[in-house]
Amino acid sequence: MAHSVRRDAPELPDFSLLKRLARDQLIYLLEQLPGRKDLFIEADLMSPLDRIANVTTLKQHDVDKLYKVEHKPIVSTSDQLCFLIRPRIKTVKWICDVVNADKAFGRFRRYKIIFSPQKFYACENLLEEQGIFGDVTTDEWSFYLLPLDDDIISLELPEFFRDYFLEGDQRWVRTAGSALHLLHSVYGPFSKVYGIGRCSKMAYESWREQVEEGEQRARQAEIGNVFLIDRDVDLVTPLCSQVVYEGLVDDIFRIKCGCVEFCPDVTSSDKSIKVMLNSQDKVFNEIRNEHFSQVFGFLSQKARNLQTAYDKRSGMDIKQMKTFVSEELKGLKQEHRLLSLHIGASESMMKKKTKQDFQELLKTEHSLLEGFEIRECISYIEEHINRQVSMVESMRLLCLLSLTENAFSLIYSSMSYFLSQSYGIEHLLTFSNLKQLGLLVEQQPGETLTVMESRVGKLVNDKTAGKLTDAFSSLAKKSNFRALGRRLNLVPKSDEEYDLRVPRDMAYIFSGAYIPLSCKLIEQVLERDGWTGLEEVTRMLNGHEFAVTAGSNGSDARVKTDSQRIILVMFLGGCTFSEISALRFLGREKGLKFIVVTTAITNSARLLESMLDNHA
Amino acid sequence: MWREHKHVFSISNVFKLKESKRAVNSIRSLVEEEDEEDDVEKVSWSGEPVGSISWSVKETESSIRSTGEVRDQSFPKIHTAPSLPKNSSGYSLSSLFKEHSEKLLTSLILYLLDCRWSVHDDVILLWQDYVSDWTPEETVKRMQQGKVYSLEKFRSLQDKLLLLDEAVNAHDGNVITAVLIYLKKSLSKEILFRELITREIALRHYIHYLKEIGEQKLLLMQYRDHLNVRDENKRRDFLKNCLSFPFSPDDATHVQDHYTLLERQIIIEANDKQVESSGQADIFKKYPRKASILNMPIITTLYYSCFYHYGESDGTFSSPANIRKTFRISDKQFLLTCLGARAKLKAWFDVDALFTTKNWLGYTKKRSPIGFHRIVDILQKNNAPVQVLQDYVNLVEDVEQKISLAQKYKCHDVIINTYRDLKDRQQLIVYRGKVERSSSEYRKIEEILSNSVRW
Repeated sequence: MAHSVRRDAPELPDFSLLKRLARDQLIYLLEQLPGRKDLFIEADLMSPLDRIANVTTLKQHDVDKLYKVEHKPIVSTSDQLCFLIRPRIKTVKWICDVVNADKAFGRFRRYKIIFSPQKFYACENLLEEQGIFGDVTTDEWSFYLLPLDDDIISLELPEFFRDYFLEGDQRWVRTAGSALHLLHSVYGPFSKVYGIGRCSKMAYESWREQVEEGEQRARQAEIGNVFLIDRDVDLVTPLCSQVVYEGLVDDIFRIKCGCVEFCPDVTSSDKSIKVMLNSQDKVFNEIRNEHFSQVFGFLSQKARNLQTAYDKRSGMDIKQMKTFVSEELKGLKQEHRLLSLHIGASESMMKKKTKQDFQELLKTEHSLLEGFEIRECISYIEEHINRQVSMVESMRLLCLLSLTENAFSLIYSSMSYFLSQSYGIEHLLTFSNLKQLGLLVEQQPGETLTVMESRVGKLVNDKTAGKLTDAFSSLAKKSNFRALGRRLNLVPKSDEEYDLRVPRDMAYIFSGAYIPLSCKLIEQVLERDGWTGLEEVTRMLNGHEFAVTAGSNGSDARVKTDSQRIILVMFLGGCTFSEISALRFLGREKGLKFIVVTTAITNSARLLESMLDNHA
Repeated sequence: MWREHKHVFSISNVFKLKESKRAVNSIRSLVEEEDEEDDVEKVSWSGEPVGSISWSVKETESSIRSTGEVRDQSFPKIHTAPSLPKNSSGYSLSSLFKEHSEKLLTSLILYLLDCRWSVHDDVILLWQDYVSDWTPEETVKRMQQGKVYSLEKFRSLQDKLLLLDEAVNAHDGNVITAVLIYLKKSLSKEILFRELITREIALRHYIHYLKEIGEQKLLLMQYRDHLNVRDENKRRDFLKNCLSFPFSPDDATHVQDHYTLLERQIIIEANDKQVESSGQADIFKKYPRKASILNMPIITTLYYSCFYHYGESDGTFSSPANIRKTFRISDKQFLLTCLGARAKLKAWFDVDALFTTKNWLGYTKKRSPIGFHRIVDILQKNNAPVQVLQDYVNLVEDVEQKISLAQKYKCHDVIINTYRDLKDRQQLIVYRGKVERSSSEYRKIEEILSNSVRW
């Protein structure tokens, strides 16, 4: 609303094509099992499926009943069962149980498993081990990319983060490469690829190989540049509280697949409603990127305008009234509905945040980012833990402390002790995960082994454990946040006033306190057309940066087309709505358009919950 | 058996991949009206499968031919990982036969298609003969592309490791795990682990795989299994059993605490349940227990103990002092928890006693390990009356903070006295305007203002 838009910004490509592609392929796959069948759908595939097809589509292709995969014995009476699942051992094991139960019962059915977006050898191996390989046919539904909005595409793979960054499993690397390949074939050819992070490098390689394997058609590129970034290059940003409208809505109500469920509290009725949040919602589109403090003013102005529009009726004659009703009223009603919804949401969020002393929480976060009054921050966090206030919040603050202050390792032991006392001792599993990931750093006295080492040591036998120290020393991460902050000016001076109405840089998404590292890197690299001059920065980020250009024979590369100003940013391990808002801001400033491709939309709670290991 | 299916899938894979690309392009061409020079043979999704498959075979052929060609717009390869020593000498011969092999592959596919998927054993044999010529690199590539492959020929340890290293070099976790599954079946545990120690990436894949199929029973995972034990006595025994595991010192302390805690909770629970149902104790009658204390965190247990067992002697398991000592609870933690519990019961006298210390002369003084402004906050959240609150607001050292808290919680006396002590006549006059004319506060301000001695 307050931003001036550079008129020369190029148009975004039309991504609805990706949905059509996925739908058509699904229909094709369903037809591979002719006749009536019951369809079992993995719970977290239901929303993505909803975005591209509806029940009618499925029914038209002989799907009789729809079930959610619940890992329980099934009740279906159909002779044909189709399973639409993620390639997960747990789900495949369940299917094996279903099939084997049928066998024991002397029941004959036909089974088909459709893995999305791809199958894994480990899953097929399980089918083989369970003796049902051959009884079950398998297929792949290459549904790599779900467009959530005009400029957001998600792989809907939240487990990417844990699998790659925690477990060190590279199973999704090729998936990321294939997703990129799909975008390249439809909206490319890309002419430049920048990136940082080990996974980004591997995804790039996988994509490049797939390009070489396939054929290339010469066509006008719609997307010219690509930026790949690993989530662990910047773990600080997703751990910060979000204060931009869309991010805040996600933090509080959790946006799932572009859709949010507003509770009765918001709708001021007795039932909750599900609302799609995207650029189609005109009211939302204008406030999504705004700092929360600016939203109220905007909404009330909007409400006044609406009132005026309604009031026009009073002086109208019959004819005018008729035109009004036929032309304007519907739009006004729609706007009215949206407006009251977002006002309700804002009020509800305000209430929730006041209750949890949000101001003080933000103050602590900002102090951590600035490296200011750390002692006070620590005692704030300690009290937070001691009073058993939300565990995820406590963990989040501790991780932020650890990521920004190297000295944290000195108090790790006592802090983890407090945490386990307040939230349950079984969380020592969670600490082990957070340490593994580098979110918490423990002091290393010479003789104790790291968790990974002692784990592995046990796996082998105790004698060899000592030799592992070298192999794992690379896992120990030292935080360079302060130095990076200074180098890249991530933390503006706190004594200057920051006008949130007219933001001057991307820091506005965190109330002017911090420019997200991820977005700053993107800005810098695009500005310099590479990593030159950022050597010290990349060294502090553990390297793995690259910038490559397509072979010089391609004539397109030299032509300055619109596609050169469209940049596809791929986050491996998830990105937050705040980062998307920051990139939109950057795009407006520089006359660029950013398309965000992410393995999933994330936020601090999702990130930390994926590290929990405290339930059976 | 497996391979045979793989083959069937591989064709459908290629088919689908090409198909989706083609579909995209066909949609696009409607918009752009581009004329294409190559073999456009538009295939609809629900089109004739036979025709599509033969088409896909053609595609397979062409894609095979095109591999390795240098393209104009190609991107450079980047160095992705520390390269592993490669020993390809044993495979150089097979590359000579490559062209021949690909032709054979194509004809095999066509043959299999003609058989309408019913694969004969001799074809499989032929297939195996053929397959055994692939190098580790080719094998990995085929696995990545979902094409038919065979691992059986990798029999010597050296071959197996070359294959593994090649899979790691290809960065495809799916393939790395597939190779590891094969190695798991064909190598002894000791040898496999010995080799994995120096291969971090492969090792992590292996551990994750074992974890997922539920075979990994390592230290922390074993401890984790207690979560599956529902019955509390069995769970306690399970934890007791865990005590003997060689955990790191930190983890060992945690596990020991966990065992002790559950042991105590079982005793407390049994006792309190009985006392509650017999109706002997007032506290349980007045505040019936909402849930059992079993499996609650230490701090929750302490809170419970401060709520129901306050004042018990140190000797009993359920007394706050005993819990504090056993679990090495810090002063701050103890104070905050105790404060919360006693404030909830509106036991203001107990609250007061928490902060009161006597020095050697017998004078009492209020002390707290955390700032009194936080104490005020906690008391207020527990609905403490103004009379109680203002005592603690008064103890806040920072004057500005004291006044703002006093204003927030309407502790008029504190505000008036503070301004009086600061000799801030102006603020007093301002504040007089904020209180009711008929109130005692108003009178008090009047009194102070009119007392000329002060000013």
